[in-house]
Order: sequence, then structure tokens, then C-alpha cells
Amino acid sequence: MTQLSSTDTDATTDAGAQADELREAWAARLADALGDGYVEHHIIPGGDLWVRVTRDSWTDAATAARDQLGCQFFDWLSAIDWLPSPYGRDMDAQEDNPQPKAADPMEQGHAGGQTRFQMVVRLYSITEHMGVTIKADLPKDDLSIDTLIQVYAGADWHEREAWEMFGIHFNSHPDLRHIYLPGEFEGNPLRKDFPLLARRVKPWPGIVDVELFPGEEGP
Amino acid sequence: MTAVGADQRQQMAYVATQAADARLNVEVETEGMTLNIGPQHPATHGTLRLVARLDGEQVVEAEPIMGYMHRGYEKLAEVRTYPQVTTLINRIDWLGSFANEVPFILAAEKLMEVEAPPRAQWIRTALFELSRIANITLFLGDMAVQLGALTPVFMAFRDREFVLNQIEAVTGGRFHPNFDRIGGLKDDLPQGWINDTKQAMEKIRDFCDEFEELVLGNEIFEARSRGIGIVPPEVGLSYGLSGANIRASGVDWDLRRDGHEALAYDQVDWKVWTHPDGDSFARYWVRLQETREATHIVDQLLDGLPSGPIMAKVPRIIKVPAGEAYAATENPLGEMGYYIVSKGDLVPFRVKIRSASFSNISITPWLLKGVYVPDIITILASLYFILGDIDR
Repeated sequence: MTQLSSTDTDATTDAGAQADELREAWAARLADALGDGYVEHHIIPGGDLWVRVTRDSWTDAATAARDQLGCQFFDWLSAIDWLPSPYGRDMDAQEDNPQPKAADPMEQGHAGGQTRFQMVVRLYSITEHMGVTIKADLPKDDLSIDTLIQVYAGADWHEREAWEMFGIHFNSHPDLRHIYLPGEFEGNPLRKDFPLLARRVKPWPGIVDVELFPGEEGP
Repeated sequence: MTAVGADQRQQMAYVATQAADARLNVEVETEGMTLNIGPQHPATHGTLRLVARLDGEQVVEAEPIMGYMHRGYEKLAEVRTYPQVTTLINRIDWLGSFANEVPFILAAEKLMEVEAPPRAQWIRTALFELSRIANITLFLGDMAVQLGALTPVFMAFRDREFVLNQIEAVTGGRFHPNFDRIGGLKDDLPQGWINDTKQAMEKIRDFCDEFEELVLGNEIFEARSRGIGIVPPEVGLSYGLSGANIRASGVDWDLRRDGHEALAYDQVDWKVWTHPDGDSFARYWVRLQETREATHIVDQLLDGLPSGPIMAKVPRIIKVPAGEAYAATENPLGEMGYYIVSKGDLVPFRVKIRSASFSNISITPWLLKGVYVPDIITILASLYFILGDIDR
């Protein structure tokens, strides 16, 4: 919330509290609609709402968001690969990071998660001016989920992108083809274990890049 | 003014075909053909390729093929520090670059729980609107040139310079300012800039008035854009259409007014323009009104500019606390947002870029079904996309 002058502080906090109440109400309604398919939610006061559902109730969650919460607007759909980069920090210049950090344990974000790959979709209500981010875990051995095209027609291209970038299969998607990459491209570039070749070939120069003034001693 | 409606035109075409058939006394058989438009075509603003399967003059199926300019910004952002990412994302929508930086910075500020001081927010908003004007003026000329009017595009390029000069005077860059910082702005405004900008806004208003007569008042333009490419509001929303495209379908929704981001739009008096028709003409009309409205927003922002610092206190080396945040703003092309996942590092763990054109163009296979070949150009032009904003 914008707080530019002290006079409107009360008004903005009121609006903020109202918005948070609405977020609670949204989470409760999704929980009602989905039953066992609902896992948990996370609210940042004055910020945003995250809801995690099971993979099987993915389309039900989107339908409920559209029909019961009034989220008519399809914002975007994507995935997150929670694997800590196996390449660690060796892409940074060594001068910036003398001791390469040990890889972190895998740790999921808001509304939690158990698996490496997580689907994310953001839906928005143009009447309430509020959005919800819905997540779903994908089991390691079966990276597939139902398509949302029947609920939101715009999901088509976003799912094609998630398919080629993460290798997630969308069940009953009519046209799962490459959207950005050439047809013969192999691999899923946005996976954390897909190396960024430009960085592997030529490491990021970091502070080594700074040209020395004449007469100046090197680092 | 005798504007010819789409129904009327279809009827005229039908009558003409009937007459031709009668003359020739043969059955007309149409043969399907595939028409490839682009990747290098003036109507594609870059390298959008369109493959259309035609039946006679009508499109049976059209499919945009993109990726010719995919640069993988989401992957590249994972190995760059937060200040370095703004340099990259400048190049997403290259006509309104400053506007690209703002939602990213806002999302990072959300995670850091930093808010830019009022003066920085006001200057940010003013520069945001200047980017919008620089971007949309070009659209106003460009759509006209695609419908066969050559003059407007030269006027658009000419008058856009007034705005670009002002952006350059503050940021040092005409197209890629890289001026927004987490916690504020790089610099304050130069001396005399406010007056110069107000004069430039005067010129842009003249430009809008001129275009209102020159383009919107033009019979050919009206005949070629009225009733062409009608987007019903609910279809548009389910495809994720945003910005002027959805407001031209009568949806009264603008993130500048309805969003909750830390910008100064709620401090000035302005209006959201909508049009009920949802056709190509409406999209042009809404954008023209928005350009004029933007000049009023800039004027008011510059009049009421608060004094004070332009940077909040942020550490020199920026580490963003772990968490997730999404921030979106009403960019010239529509809703642009960044979903940042941070693990408390110097670099973001994952950045999802929600660019407006990608969603706006995803409606084309639906919208182009059944239209005539010349209308493809009208519809693509009126949906207005920037290739960098599709391919990212």
C-alpha cells in the first residue's frame, strides 16, 4: 500500500485489513470447494495469497477460482524448479566469492512443498483487484498435470512454454509443441541442472573486469 | 461520414462474387492454400512469423510462430545480481524501457521491505508515463502506416523525439535508461527539466489532437478498422489480454488505478478510458486517449513533485531476503509483472517474467479465424505487440 502522507495512513491500513480479510475468505472458500485437494495456504498481510493444492485438484482449483472467487483474468502459468543449482556458485567470479558456498538443502517457498518441481498459476479478479497464486507439487517420477485450457483458454501457450522449459507434460493438451526453441532442441533450459553454457565457457568476470588506471597496482 | 460496417462489406463481397459467378457461369471452387507472413514483414514489428491457412480470401486457421528473438532472460536472470537484471529487462519492451524496470524493482523492494522515498516514487511515475507516451505515439503512427497511410508514422517518429529527449536528459539513455534502483532512483532531475517536459507534453497534446482528425477522422481508416477483430471481454480475460486491448472491450480495469504498487498514481487526478466496441478501431481510440491522459498525469506529477531524498537507505551490496513476491504494473503494452523467488542470495533464484504481449498475442489463433487476409494486418497492428515482449 502506498503511504505518502501521514493523513491517509488510517485509510490505507483499513483497506489493507479489508484486503487481508478477503484473502482469508478466498482461502476458506477454496478449501471448501476442494476438500481433500486443498493442502495449505500462506498470506503475507497487505501482500499476497498463496494456496497449495494437490496435483489432482489442479483444474478444480482453477475452476473454483474462476467461478467462485471471480478470478476471470488469467495472469500467467509457470513452474519452479526447487533444486539448488548443482553448479553451486562457480559461475561467479572467484574474486567475488573466494570460498564457493556449499549447495543449500532443497527448500520450498511460500505455502510449502515437498517435491522438486512445483506448478504455479496466478489468477486475478478484476472486480476485487486481487490475485491468488496457486501451486501444486509434481511427483518426481511423473512430471505431468492436467491442462487448464478448458478453464482458461490463455493457458495454452503458457503450458507449451512450461513444457519446453521444464519438461512438464500437460495431460490432454491438444498441441504440446515447442514455442520458443527450435523443434529439434534437446533439454529443458529452465531446469536448474541445465548448464548455462555461456557461463561455463567464459566465466563471469566480476571485479576482474575493472580496468586498472595507469600506475595502479593490481588486486 | 459514411463508414462501412463489416456486415455490409461482407454482403458487398458476396454480391460481387455472385455477379462474377453468373457472368462466368461456372461454379467457383476455392482451393486451400497456406500463406506465410514473415518472419521479416513490416507488419510484424520484428520477427513474428504467421502461418495462415486460407480458403479463398478467408483465414481458416492462423498460427503465430515465435522464438526468433528468444533470449532466455529468465535463465540469464538466475546468474545476475539484482542491479544487473535491470540492464537485461530494459530490452524486453524496447520502446518503453523504463516501464520494464519498475515492476521488477517493486517486486524486489517488496521482498526487502524497502519503500522508495516520495520524491523517487513521483519521478518514477513521471518517467513511467513518459515511457508510455514514447511507446504509444509510435503505435499511433504505425497502425496507420499498416493501413496504408504513410504520413502519420513520420509525424509519430518526429514527435516521439520530444519525449525521448526528456528521458535522455534525465537518464542518459534514449531507449535503455537502466535508471531505476532498489530503494529509489540513480539521480535527481536535471535543472530546467520540468519546464522542458511541460513544453514537450504540450507538443504531445497537439500531436494527439492532430491524430484524432488525421487518423480517427479518416474514412478509410474507419472502414478498415470498425468491426474488425472484435474481442468479447470474457474471452479477452480468459486469454489474459490486458492493457488498452481489454479496456477497448469495455473492461474498466487499469493497474495504475487498481494496483497496490508504490507509485504516485493515486496522488493525481486522471481518468481510465474504455470503449465498448472491442474492435480494432476501439483499441486505437483508447490508446490515443491514454496518450493524452498520460500528458496530464505527467504535468500534475511535475507540479506537485515533493522534495526530499531520491534514495532510501539500502545496503551497497544488495542481498534480497528469502521469499516470493509478485509485482505488476500497467505498462504501455498491458500488464507486466515479475514473480521473484529469492533464497537470500545476491542473485534471484527464479524470475518469472509476465510480459503483456505474450498473452495479448495468444488470442490471435482465435481472433483470426474467418477474417479476410487484409484484416490480419489490421488486427495484428491493433493488438500492438513488441517482439521483445513476446519472446523475452
